[in-house]
Amino acid sequence: MLLNIKNLHASINGKEILKGVNLEVNKGEVHAIMGPNGTGKSTLASVIAGREVFDITEGEVLYKGKNLLDLPVEARASEGIFLGFQYPVEIPGVSMTNFMRTAVNEQRKYHGLDPLPSGEFLRMMEEKKQMVEITAKLNNRSVNEGFSGGEKKKNEIFQMAMLNPTLSILDETDSGLDIDALRIVANGVNKLRGPENATVVITHYQRLLDYIVPDFVHVLYEGRIVKSGGKELALELESKGYEWIKDSL
Amino acid sequence: MEKEKNHILKEVTNSEYKWGFVTDIEMDTATVGLTEDTVRFISAKKNEPEFLLEYRLKAYKKWLEMEQPQWAHLKIPIINYQDIIYYAAPKKKKELSSLDEVDPALLETFKKLGISLDEQKKLSGVAVDAVIDSVSVKTTFTETLSKQGIIFCSFSDAVQNHPDLVKQYMGSVVPYGDNYFAALNSAVFSDGSFCYIPKGVRCPVELSTYFRINAANTGQFERTLIIADEGAYVSYMEGCTAPQRDENQLHAAIVEIVAMKDAEVKYSTVQNWYPGDKNGLGGIFNFVTKRGICKGSNSKISWTQVETGSAITWKYPSCILLGDHSVGEFYSVAITNNHQQADTGSKMIHLGKNTKSTIISKGISAGFSNNSYRGLVKIAKNATNSRNYSQCDSLLMGDKCGAHTWPYIKAENSSSIIEHEATTSKISEDQLFYCQQRGISTESAIGLIVNGYAKEVLNKLPMEFAVEAQKLLSISLEGSVG
Ligand SMILES: Nc1ncnc2c1ncn2[C@@H]1O[C@H](COP(=O)(O)OP(=O)(O)OP(=O)(O)O)[C@@H](O)[C@H]1O
Ligand SMILES: [Mg+2]
Repeated sequence: MLLNIKNLHASINGKEILKGVNLEVNKGEVHAIMGPNGTGKSTLASVIAGREVFDITEGEVLYKGKNLLDLPVEARASEGIFLGFQYPVEIPGVSMTNFMRTAVNEQRKYHGLDPLPSGEFLRMMEEKKQMVEITAKLNNRSVNEGFSGGEKKKNEIFQMAMLNPTLSILDETDSGLDIDALRIVANGVNKLRGPENATVVITHYQRLLDYIVPDFVHVLYEGRIVKSGGKELALELESKGYEWIKDSL
Repeated sequence: MEKEKNHILKEVTNSEYKWGFVTDIEMDTATVGLTEDTVRFISAKKNEPEFLLEYRLKAYKKWLEMEQPQWAHLKIPIINYQDIIYYAAPKKKKELSSLDEVDPALLETFKKLGISLDEQKKLSGVAVDAVIDSVSVKTTFTETLSKQGIIFCSFSDAVQNHPDLVKQYMGSVVPYGDNYFAALNSAVFSDGSFCYIPKGVRCPVELSTYFRINAANTGQFERTLIIADEGAYVSYMEGCTAPQRDENQLHAAIVEIVAMKDAEVKYSTVQNWYPGDKNGLGGIFNFVTKRGICKGSNSKISWTQVETGSAITWKYPSCILLGDHSVGEFYSVAITNNHQQADTGSKMIHLGKNTKSTIISKGISAGFSNNSYRGLVKIAKNATNSRNYSQCDSLLMGDKCGAHTWPYIKAENSSSIIEHEATTSKISEDQLFYCQQRGISTESAIGLIVNGYAKEVLNKLPMEFAVEAQKLLSISLEGSVG
């Protein structure tokens, strides 16, 4: 099992957001997490990635069989956890090239590898850019600065492609994308899909799941996963709305 | 997690100055303290013409009447000016004609500093006038430059070989009575650099000096004079690292720049004097007066500085925009960490018509440090249609440091435009998390973010300096997350 979350409770400033989450993800699987606004989807993603503002009050998270909660954020990243941010952050003055070079090389260092030679790195940038069909001159632009909403989301998938993660958590990567961009992003994710890695997509729209077909769909509601099923659950949610979940609790 | 963060913070803000070492060289020193005799001793040692001795003595008398300024946002320990040795020179056995004759210990120092006086520098196109303690040991490139009529030599050599130029321009931008530290420097200055670019000549190389304080208890009083004649251009770089010392060392330099009609001078500094230890013990007191005058029309002076060192920095590189259409620029990154204090900024004095000035200041404070921007933009009545744009940004790391901005504006006509923008920010938790989530360590993340923040200024540095400066920024701030 790649990721095993057991009875996870997390709070911020004394307010409990996650109230006992259970989730199992195996290699090769795609999971979708849906749920109303403010129920804790992004919180769950942040806690897995290791964001320090949240306090873990109960439960455990195993990743590759080891206690994930012991690892600092950057070690989790180097161990293959990637978070596609719902709101990608701008870093003024830091070029995408410099940012990605630092990220790639620090991850290599973590694994005892030498830095990637400059030429090889730039070739990789070009190759991955094509994968997500980024045509704009990205390299010299500052990280996410002045990017449109859709460009920021594409940029997340581009970084995912560069870092080649084992577990990708994509938090509403589909929000704000036009139809073409949605297809491109989904294609990118599908190309990166393999038997050795897994993807968790957080989304509000069943539409994305037409492109990225999930093995499992979970409904996160008030800090708990209250319903799980196959991809048909997403369709059911779409037609019946969350009232249906509430009523069935 | 919070505990661990504090731990990292402590561990790295504790990082010791990485260029601390001491060279053992025989010194030829003045006795401790400052009297008229000291001034005469220095002048005699340097075999100076009468006018210079008179200048020094006038400055000394003026200095006696003055008091150390208190207006800066600095806590300055009491400096006992009678405890300082005002002149120290490496003992010369004889006139040096080649590198082989230079004291091997000195050469070793240069090596540690990464300065090579040999062919390598020639190949990289940098002429170096190296100042160790107070006397220039070796000047390279002088010959190549002199073919174009460029004079680039130690201040002492200029006094001997070009006394008329020295007499004409020294003190013309920073008069000896300008301020307490300028008066002190004018009385006891030891050596420094001199540069004259004749009419219409573009200096083909970046001129650079490396300064270094090396003798315990020895004050350093450098003096630099740069003159760009009509239509001339020069880019000048000054950089320094200093060895670790427990005693506080006083550094009061003067830099004067004169730009004639259509001339341009770029002056870049990377300042990395010993900042003191993590508890605020030791470190250099850096009281510098830097000023340029755009004397002719269409002339331009740019100051670019990266300030990471010194326990105390008191420094306001300024421009007097006398010529019509002249341009003054000031680009600064000032970092303070641990117990460092910096009060720095610029003065732009607009006197000519259609003059333009730009001030971009990026302050970064960490640890227990204090970092202040102090600036004056003055547009005189006759300086019609002039413009100034100032941008002063402060970045705070942690909650024990301080950042302050004191912009003074005096506009005496209504056709001019002054714009001022100021921001204060912290390295956001969001930015750090974003970097870390990509596998980037906290240290590197801070390095990235800070270099990004300072990019506008770093971009103004000559290539050789930019790389060094970027490293310095990261090193100076390692781990200071709040
Ligand atoms: N830094 C924070 N400080 C205070 N409250 C927070 C913080 N982050 C999240 N919360 C709260 O936690 C709850 C869950 O937020 P979260 O972002 O996880 O929701 P979400 O399910 O991702 O919602 P959405 O669908 O709108 O993205 C919300 O009530 C939110 O206000
Ligand atoms: Mg969310």
